[in-house]
Amino acid sequence: MISSNTYKKASLSAAIALSLFVSACGSDNDNKTATPEPVEPPVVPTPVNYEYMVKVVNLTTAQPMSPVAVVLHNEGKLWEIGMPASTALENLAESGDNSAVLSETMVLSGQSGASPLPPGMSETITVSIEDTMPSSISIATMLVNTNDAFTGVTAKDISNLAVNESISLLTSSYDSGTEKNSELMATIPGPAAGGEGYNEMRDDVDYVAMHPGVVTKDDGLAQSVLTQDHRFDNPTLSITITRVE
Amino acid sequence: MKFNKTIAALMLATSSIAANAQQLEVTVTNLTQGMHYTPLIIAAHTADASLYKLGETASPELQAMAEGGDISGLSTMLTGVNADMVANPAGGLLAPAQSTTAMLDTADGNMYLSIASMLLPTNDAFVALNGWKIPSEAGTYKVMLNAYDAGTEANDELIIMGGGAPGTPGIPAAPGGNAGTGGTGVTSMEANTTVHVHRGNLGDDDLTGGTSDVDNTVHRWLNPVASVTIVVK
Repeated sequence: MISSNTYKKASLSAAIALSLFVSACGSDNDNKTATPEPVEPPVVPTPVNYEYMVKVVNLTTAQPMSPVAVVLHNEGKLWEIGMPASTALENLAESGDNSAVLSETMVLSGQSGASPLPPGMSETITVSIEDTMPSSISIATMLVNTNDAFTGVTAKDISNLAVNESISLLTSSYDSGTEKNSELMATIPGPAAGGEGYNEMRDDVDYVAMHPGVVTKDDGLAQSVLTQDHRFDNPTLSITITRVE
Repeated sequence: MKFNKTIAALMLATSSIAANAQQLEVTVTNLTQGMHYTPLIIAAHTADASLYKLGETASPELQAMAEGGDISGLSTMLTGVNADMVANPAGGLLAPAQSTTAMLDTADGNMYLSIASMLLPTNDAFVALNGWKIPSEAGTYKVMLNAYDAGTEANDELIIMGGGAPGTPGIPAAPGGNAGTGGTGVTSMEANTTVHVHRGNLGDDDLTGGTSDVDNTVHRWLNPVASVTIVVK
């Protein structure tokens, strides 16, 4: 273990030194028109692998969660309070389909959970990337017996996470603001309703905020297909991020 | 009263000490999707002062803020104990999912941060930070806030002109313009008359009748209802 770590550190410093050298050459070239100085062919550094194990636990009573999206990135956020949801997030929050989130341009590396995550169940999702140390991780999943509720974390800083260290989080639930919380059977895709998932029409406030919770027919929303079982409180998801490489 | 002692102690303490101990940048974000915040009060004060104590009766100053959004009483009280204060940094209401930032220079000894604002539409719900110890180390800190019930008014959930005056039942306003009328009243009793964690609006699905004037799909919330980012310079 120790020798392997030392080796990785050494090759990482080599990679940093190399990049400094290259950028120094670049700035020289801006000032001179002369041919670049010959560069010794560098020893190709062994690729450095950054790997994270993400354990998620669904803490709700009766809200299955859509396959959990885990993405590594350096820039951007999956969502921001007060801003309209991206189309990718709208898709995830209304239908549980995480494919658009996983292919967002900011994503350096992404991984989906194997299947929907039932209440009370846990899953470990491994995500990795070669050579680029990611500064942030984002995680998102839909509470599928809702119109557009999701939970997770956006742009969590992992730049200081050392190998074998972990971060634990309990996350609250958000509302993508893209679909009214009508709780009508036709509008909820989860097993409680079997209704529609994504619809490009935005008929709600069109900004992301914390979710107010579901009302349900048992608590005064006569048109709701949901029952008292589907209510939830925060937090809804437990997340443990461990850097393994 | 207690404050008189505090003032005397402060006068002794501040006579020989530099004015500014810390500079804070305080950003408050309304995390809810459907609740407005009345003008915020943000203050740094000593360990002896507090806006309220959980499980105790609200002061008249807190009641005026929680029932009607009036921070003048709290402001006077805080001035009386030499607190450093920013009143109404958003210049009015803080809309759902919006943020406001205030700069606060604190005097030596004012090492505790408190924040308060009423949630609309409610009878007497407020969001608050109550005496958070300001770290001495420079850095960025984040705190999540819950919603509390002042315990001073029954949560009838009826929108009534003049409902913001202390002791007058009713919700003074629904700034989103998305509440109803004609409710018969959710309750006329306040079971817990001390400051406690708010149970949330009940609301109903009838905008022209029912028991409540607030909309159960719009005006409910789950904690936390606000996040506060504090940059200690």
